Amino acid sequence: MSLLGPAGNRSVRVDWRTSLSLVGTVLKYLAVPLGLPLLVGIIYREAIYVFLLTVLFTMVVGTGLERLEPEPDLGAREGFLMVAGTWLAVAAVGAVPYLLAAHGVPGLFAPTAPASTLANPVNALFESMSGVTTTGATLLGEISLDRHSHAVLIWRQLTQWLGGMGIIVLAIAILPELSVGGAQLMDAEAPGVGIEKLTPRIAETARVLWIAYFAFTALEIVLLYGLHLAGMAPNMNAYNAVAHGLTTLPTGGFSPEADSIAAFSAAVQWVIVPFMVVAGTNFALFYAVFRGNLGKMGEDAEFRGYAGIMAVLTAILGGVLFLGGAPPLGDLGGVVAGDVENSARQAVFQVVSIVTTTGYATSDFAEWSEAGKYLLLFAMFIGGSGGSTGGSIKIIRWLVIIKVVRRELFTTTHPEAIRPIRLAGEVVDEDAVRGVMGFTLLYLVIFAVATVLISLDAARIGYTLDTLESMSAVAATLGNVGPGFGSLGPFGSYLAFPNSSKLLMVFLMWAGRLEILPVLVLLTSGYWRS
Amino acid sequence: MRVIIVGAGEVGSTIAESLSSAHDVVVIDVDPDRVETLTYELDVLAIQGDGGDLETLREAGIGEADMLIASTDDDQTNIVTCGTGAVGGDPFSIARVKRPQYLHTWERDNRAFGVDFMICTDLLAAQTIVGVIGLPTAQDMDTFCDGAVQMTEFEIPADSPVAGQTVQEADRFDSLTFVGIIRESELVVPKGATTIEAGDDVVVIGSPESARAFSSAIAPQEDRPRDVVIVGGGEIGYQTATLLEQRGFTPRLVEHDPDRARWLAEKLPKTTVLESDATDRGFLERENVGSADVVIAALENDQQNLLATLLGKRLGAQRAVAVVDTVTFAELFEAVGVDVAVSPREATAEEITRFTRGRHAENVSIVEGDRAEVLEVEIDEDSVFAGRTIVDAAADLPDQVVVGAITRQGELVVPRGDTLVEVGDHVVAFVGGDHIEQVTARL
Repeated sequence: MSLLGPAGNRSVRVDWRTSLSLVGTVLKYLAVPLGLPLLVGIIYREAIYVFLLTVLFTMVVGTGLERLEPEPDLGAREGFLMVAGTWLAVAAVGAVPYLLAAHGVPGLFAPTAPASTLANPVNALFESMSGVTTTGATLLGEISLDRHSHAVLIWRQLTQWLGGMGIIVLAIAILPELSVGGAQLMDAEAPGVGIEKLTPRIAETARVLWIAYFAFTALEIVLLYGLHLAGMAPNMNAYNAVAHGLTTLPTGGFSPEADSIAAFSAAVQWVIVPFMVVAGTNFALFYAVFRGNLGKMGEDAEFRGYAGIMAVLTAILGGVLFLGGAPPLGDLGGVVAGDVENSARQAVFQVVSIVTTTGYATSDFAEWSEAGKYLLLFAMFIGGSGGSTGGSIKIIRWLVIIKVVRRELFTTTHPEAIRPIRLAGEVVDEDAVRGVMGFTLLYLVIFAVATVLISLDAARIGYTLDTLESMSAVAATLGNVGPGFGSLGPFGSYLAFPNSSKLLMVFLMWAGRLEILPVLVLLTSGYWRS
Repeated sequence: MRVIIVGAGEVGSTIAESLSSAHDVVVIDVDPDRVETLTYELDVLAIQGDGGDLETLREAGIGEADMLIASTDDDQTNIVTCGTGAVGGDPFSIARVKRPQYLHTWERDNRAFGVDFMICTDLLAAQTIVGVIGLPTAQDMDTFCDGAVQMTEFEIPADSPVAGQTVQEADRFDSLTFVGIIRESELVVPKGATTIEAGDDVVVIGSPESARAFSSAIAPQEDRPRDVVIVGGGEIGYQTATLLEQRGFTPRLVEHDPDRARWLAEKLPKTTVLESDATDRGFLERENVGSADVVIAALENDQQNLLATLLGKRLGAQRAVAVVDTVTFAELFEAVGVDVAVSPREATAEEITRFTRGRHAENVSIVEGDRAEVLEVEIDEDSVFAGRTIVDAAADLPDQVVVGAITRQGELVVPRGDTLVEVGDHVVAFVGGDHIEQVTARL
């Protein structure tokens, strides 16, 4: 790349100083959310040096980067670099507490989690990237408060909450210097076909989104803790209520419990389902509903498609489970064939969790029959709605694709016919249609190539992977879903992969969260030069 | 009456010509050649200038003008002209527009843009087309009294069960009145014993439902058309498709310009837009245009429309409707096999006429050239009808005046000889051509 070449600086057309300076600003402000684990550490009387040092680290690095360009002037290209760079930088800083907890500071502080699997920097980066991209794939190994401090585990949850509605969106909401190029930054970060400006000012739009996000999170925490107080959820204490509230709305899927949501009562499981559904819905719809336009939700083509596909998949999976599609797993997360409530709950929870790309589980679906597993594997490609916190390809793109296919069939017999693609009466621009087709194709190609790479890499070190397992590893990381099949199941871990595969998956999660193009464009020479 | 007409294109010139015999007409146009031509051809004062310029309007005598007609080809110019006219004087201003959006805005507030009356030429033409194709044998149709009353002209086909019946036999519909029969270009006032012959044009006035019922009595085998093909996606074609969509049709629309076709496809969700040349026979066969119930041609010029409709008919289409720009071509079109020729200019002329015919004609429709007119009049104390029965009033009027319908507070009243007409009623009457000026004054 010309950046490193001798004549580099002359031919580079991207003002990378501006981008890095703004990344620095975001890192500086990352000190604020780091206050939460610090507070939790104080409450539980744990060693707080882990987070104090991280705050110091992010402030120093952030301020240093910020000084690269005192007057950042953001253009389109700088925007891509800034967005992609921010996510990578936040993931890197997010890994610092894991490393500090595992290693301590030689001669000063003893490690708080001495035998942690996150002592390996690649593992720490994987876990952190899985957090901020709301993937929920873990290689923590033994997830337990005995092995890890309350503070570190709440940080793991919080990274997902920060990543959910978007770090850049949050930055736009609070940093005035981002308001001008903000719409374009948000476009690069926000999931879906395009952004919807809800208010004339982009910062106001970003604020509206974050307020709705915050409100739903708070509501869920209150309801979960309410169940505990009502005696319906003995282990859903205040810590767990906050921890799960922080990872439902971002469609994250991390849990401080090794058994995910299977560790909780049926009542808790039922309460979490609607919040996952909300998380996978376009937040612009809630804005319309809050402003009194209740009908908007029912009219919205994407929401109807979203609700419809989940209903259909739930019905199919419910039937499979009811007829004995999963072996009994003892007393935890077992599927009881012939029990209507159990089959319905397990089906709806798993379907909603996978379609919205949350990744929670109430049953170890890696142990289910092939029918159930393949159904969930393909559900990983559906994704939430555009403008939601969900990942993967997304309902709106599938709707467009279905209509394009129907148009192709129609124009086969009527070659002169002109058929614009419409969603709920609104014409979709042909450029947007091409974008959807291109994105989806790219997504599937990356899926295929990465699956092969991961299988080859596993074969290199003699680690046996079956087809479903390697496909699910890529689908779950690229789509920000989290759990896969085989040893990658919801109660399992990605630990056994070689470091090279883990780094590939870090890339997949990063690219998947930013919907591939903003990351991929950085790898083209045209972006840097012409 | 002093009338200022801005824009001496075909519409402006036509209006000027028809008004110049009875009124003082001043015509303004930007083109000096046209101004010169008009000066010599018509008995009008022609001024070269911009109608949106107050000085030009002053020169034309806007202060004393009773009416200002803005009839250029440009919507904005027409609207601005009316607005400027309202500054210079107090004429009744009429603006001709192409884009229905201006009409819709104006309908919201009748003082909008300083325009007293707005005519959307292309929308009028589209409304006529849609009205005609809803009735399989209709030649012309117009609505009165906010849609409660409809005037329809039907051509009686040779194999029709109505052919050979007397008016009394044919009139089985309660709220329908037979007001005129045009036989070999002569107007016949129908009486109960008059026999209806094949080839006659029968003019009826009544509720839209009864007009539809009569239509199926004339041609019982023909259903409401289902498959409608519109050729040409200009403003008229677009408006026709819009109106058809509103009535539950799913028309096909052929447009050759790719950008325009794309635009149409985006605006018309229920219409199948086809991008092709309408005279490409291979295309027409591939798309089964021959099986269409109605083919409507709304292309750029009369020649293309004639060609497209005749081609459609030849391929087997049931009925062909053509838009005809040059008013005098209409009869020629119908003679060579086009079922209905719709003239937007004629429609515009009819609309303008309603403001020059007496002081209170609410609406006017011109039948068969100017052989007859259908007028809607609100009855005031001075009217010959006020407080009298129809038989009494008719005795004072010429033979060729027939009351077709009366609406009282928006409700249709079927007129009988002994029906008492009250002040405030709206009377829709058919008036034979020889008496129009004389009768309108007395209604």
